[in-house]
Amino acid sequence: MKARITITLKPGVLDPQGKAIAGALHALGFGQVGDVRQGKFIELDVTESDPKKAEAEIKRMCEQLLANTIIENYAYELEAA
Amino acid sequence: MKASVVVFPGSNCDRDAAVALEAAMGRPPAMVWHGDAELPKSDLIVLPGGFSYGDYLRSGAMAAHSPVMREVIKRAQAGTPVLGICNGFQVLTEAGLLPGVLMRNATLKFICKDVHLRVERTDTAFTRHYAKREVVRFPIAHKDGSYFADEATLDRLEGEGQVAFRYCETDGRITAAANPNGSRRNIAGVYNETRTVLGLMPHPERLADAALGGTDGIKMFLSLVETLN
Amino acid sequence: MTVAARAAKGAHSITDETVAEHGLNADEYRRLLKELGREPSLTELGIFSVMWSEHCSYKSSRLHLKKLPTTAPWVIQGPGENAGVIAIGDGLAVVFKMESHNHPSYIEPYQGAATGVGGILRDVFTMGARPIACLNALSFGDPKHPKTRHLVSGVVAGVGGYGNSFGVPTVGGSVRFHTRYDGNNLVNAMAVGLAETDKIFYAAASGVGMPIVYLGSKTGRDGIHGASMASAEFGEDSESKRPTVQVGDPFSEKLLLEACLEIMAKDCVIAIQDMGAAGLTCSAVEMGAKGDLGVRLDLDKVPTRETAMTAYEMMLSESQERMLMVLKPEKEKEAEDIFRKWGLDFAIVGETTPDKRFVVRHAGSEMANLPIKELGDEAPVYDRPHSASPRLPVIDPASIEPPMPHADALEKLLSSPDLCSKRWVWEQYDHLILGNTVQRPGGDAAVVRVKEGPKGLAMTTDVTPRYCEADPFEGGKQAVAETWRNLSAVGAKPLAVTDNLNFGNPERPEIMGQLVGCIQGIATACKALEFPVVSGNVSLYNETNGRAILPTPSIGGVGLIDDFTNSASIAFKAADELIVLLGETKGWMGQSMYLREICGREEGAPPPVDLSAERRTGDFVRALINEKVVTAVHDLSDGGLLVAIAEMALASGIGAKLYGPPAFLTEHGFWFGEDQARYVVTIKPAQADDLAVRAKAAGVPIRRIGVTHGAALTLPGERELLLNALRERHEGWLPAYMAGGAS
Repeated sequence: MKARITITLKPGVLDPQGKAIAGALHALGFGQVGDVRQGKFIELDVTESDPKKAEAEIKRMCEQLLANTIIENYAYELEAA
Repeated sequence: MKASVVVFPGSNCDRDAAVALEAAMGRPPAMVWHGDAELPKSDLIVLPGGFSYGDYLRSGAMAAHSPVMREVIKRAQAGTPVLGICNGFQVLTEAGLLPGVLMRNATLKFICKDVHLRVERTDTAFTRHYAKREVVRFPIAHKDGSYFADEATLDRLEGEGQVAFRYCETDGRITAAANPNGSRRNIAGVYNETRTVLGLMPHPERLADAALGGTDGIKMFLSLVETLN
Repeated sequence: MTVAARAAKGAHSITDETVAEHGLNADEYRRLLKELGREPSLTELGIFSVMWSEHCSYKSSRLHLKKLPTTAPWVIQGPGENAGVIAIGDGLAVVFKMESHNHPSYIEPYQGAATGVGGILRDVFTMGARPIACLNALSFGDPKHPKTRHLVSGVVAGVGGYGNSFGVPTVGGSVRFHTRYDGNNLVNAMAVGLAETDKIFYAAASGVGMPIVYLGSKTGRDGIHGASMASAEFGEDSESKRPTVQVGDPFSEKLLLEACLEIMAKDCVIAIQDMGAAGLTCSAVEMGAKGDLGVRLDLDKVPTRETAMTAYEMMLSESQERMLMVLKPEKEKEAEDIFRKWGLDFAIVGETTPDKRFVVRHAGSEMANLPIKELGDEAPVYDRPHSASPRLPVIDPASIEPPMPHADALEKLLSSPDLCSKRWVWEQYDHLILGNTVQRPGGDAAVVRVKEGPKGLAMTTDVTPRYCEADPFEGGKQAVAETWRNLSAVGAKPLAVTDNLNFGNPERPEIMGQLVGCIQGIATACKALEFPVVSGNVSLYNETNGRAILPTPSIGGVGLIDDFTNSASIAFKAADELIVLLGETKGWMGQSMYLREICGREEGAPPPVDLSAERRTGDFVRALINEKVVTAVHDLSDGGLLVAIAEMALASGIGAKLYGPPAFLTEHGFWFGEDQARYVVTIKPAQADDLAVRAKAAGVPIRRIGVTHGAALTLPGERELLLNALRERHEGWLPAYMAGGAS
């Protein structure tokens, strides 16, 4: 199965990179851009074909390594490979 | 006194840490490969600076799950002193041995320069040789050194006396200008509850040689030797 | 079926377009056909095109590079290997080289610079040396040019990103801006490593039937035709060349370093070479050609990270962080275990053969069968036509009317892009890691302790491109002389040079003339100063739409200090010391920063270099430093005397009260002239008479020019310059520019 995982900063955590991106967009003339938050996108293949089991695995990966749950949230999508 | 320095793939200040330790202890520390599940008998464990796993994903995130860390965590919980410098501090927060998180510098750039730190308490194994509220000069060299924790955690750290060092001016005043990376409350280093685990972003091992600009750092290693011998 | 048989059947349909796309001209293709005796396969054409590219074969420069002096009693290995090697005593050797990564840095500044650093580090550790320092010389376009800021930001981040992660201190270098680099910024990266003299590893294979081993990261499609790109000018379509830039992985390189040093220590290695430009092709061909052996490669064994890679792609890929090694067969298991431990690939991909052929097999077919010597050391050599640069008139200082007071001129110079503080740059480099940095960036040369001491190594990069444009011969001499001066100014004995020559299109006689003239100048200076060239790199075709860069022959110098605690630095050390000028001043204005920045003129002949005066003065200064006679030392260069004094004051926070110039010089000539072979030193007043006597005996002109004093610079007839205000100007320009402000 293929998992698509998005990791973002929790609301309230300062995101200087997001701020810098917003500034650069404004400088380019995209004045309508408001707040910008940036994160990570991870795509991975798992051999597990049972969707429930795969989901449990992905969740564990996020909790243990892929996201730092003190400051980050994660979301994922699963699809058959 | 016996010390162990853990070497992760990509650690690059392990040598510097070993040199400073040897100068203070009179004998070299054991260099322990991250892949070893075993750790020799140690009075002190050091997690050195560097770019373990290239800082990929998050600084210290992958190193925190190395086989050897299981043993480091056990020892820390049993009271063995652990010192995490720079990347080592990042590993300690990722491993849950210290509260908070180290994030990208406010300037978004890597910074290498000298900073001044105020030593917040001098009754720990790490800081016995410093004077109360002494101002010391250590170099920093990092891109992800901005210390963050939520307000409740920060209040708790202050209340429990777990703040170890703060970025300050040469006269000890805590100001925004003296904060190189945006760390909350100018925090440069923290202890765990029992003050046996210390993590700090600046590099004491890089200022442990008079011929190379200063000895403020050696006092930390001398404090450890004195306490642990 | 063999390649030859397929050729005989007319299976290879190589068109003129294909040949041209590969960067070979008609003559070169004819030569290829003659040497091969038949038509090449596409894979073979690809192999020839990279081996005979300018970048790999040095075909335009080889003839002239022969003029460079490359030997001395302390030189262990001169040019021709991955890096140069010099002995520094106690069984230790210094391995160093400078290399360019220009074209990729324009297209993708971060990765172009990062992979440049990665490449030069590999060149050093492939010889068995642990890298201990990096330097880099960066040239950017006019600050007002729309791309400059983006290039500066990306290049500096890339240099730091790679070096910091790999774990080597970046301790020095230079940054300059000029409109001639607008479309062609330069990144010249230098690495210095330490090894034991009896444990140096070379590239030449030896022994027949020895396993050839692939080490490091997997091969992908990165950088195919990178070598050809470096050998071509940019046109309108350079943006579309983006796919050819490789992505560096400093983490893998750090693992590769440790694994390589371990197998070297365990005596597993017969020969070893890193895979850089032209990847597997260049390293395999050179290993065989140098050892007078043939090489047979089996591409099925090459670790790949992409699927269905063709032989052509595998031979030309420039994926980073890979090495090629000839292994001692009995050590195979030991070597493989070490590489597995570090998580790297280890694969036997071929063997050495007795027949001097380069044979490549893939998926059961022979894809290439070429004569190895013709590919390697018998590539074409050109004697390109060259014309001399026109002589420029000497500018008489008396003909110049200073447009502003000298105090204003100094402020303007110190806040100009070339002379301002580069702290914004070097604070992004970890310059302290490894705990041996004695002198940080900002001085005349970086100084690094050798192991626990007492020896120290000094290193620097220098060149003054505007001098080289005005007079290539004098400019070439000056680049070497200034490098030599900077090393002497910290108390080091200059030992050897690495030269990184950056020029435009050599097929234009005026550009070829610059190259020939500069090489001549470098050779002359190196001979006179006993400062041999032990390694180097040539980067040509640095031009866009026919507009070439300023000729930029970067010189990287390394010197030895017997006791690192006795190195000299530029900062004034105390008030009430005498400031003394050593060397002759005529007030040279031609091609000076004053003439350019203050008068708006880039004119005139550059300052001539008197090599015996350089030698005499430098040796004198070094002796003074060794005997602890002088307290601060700074050599004079861009901006002349007043800029040098300001730099000494700003580094210390101690000001100076300066006396006026001698009557026979104009004021602006005295303060801002760029006469060569000069230093400023400070001494305790009690030493003054003794110093005067010694200088006279040594034949070195000497003049007292002021005293250290207070917190301002004062010169007769000018307003006082408070150091705090001056510091703001000096430190302020670059951060403000990068934040999007000043231009």
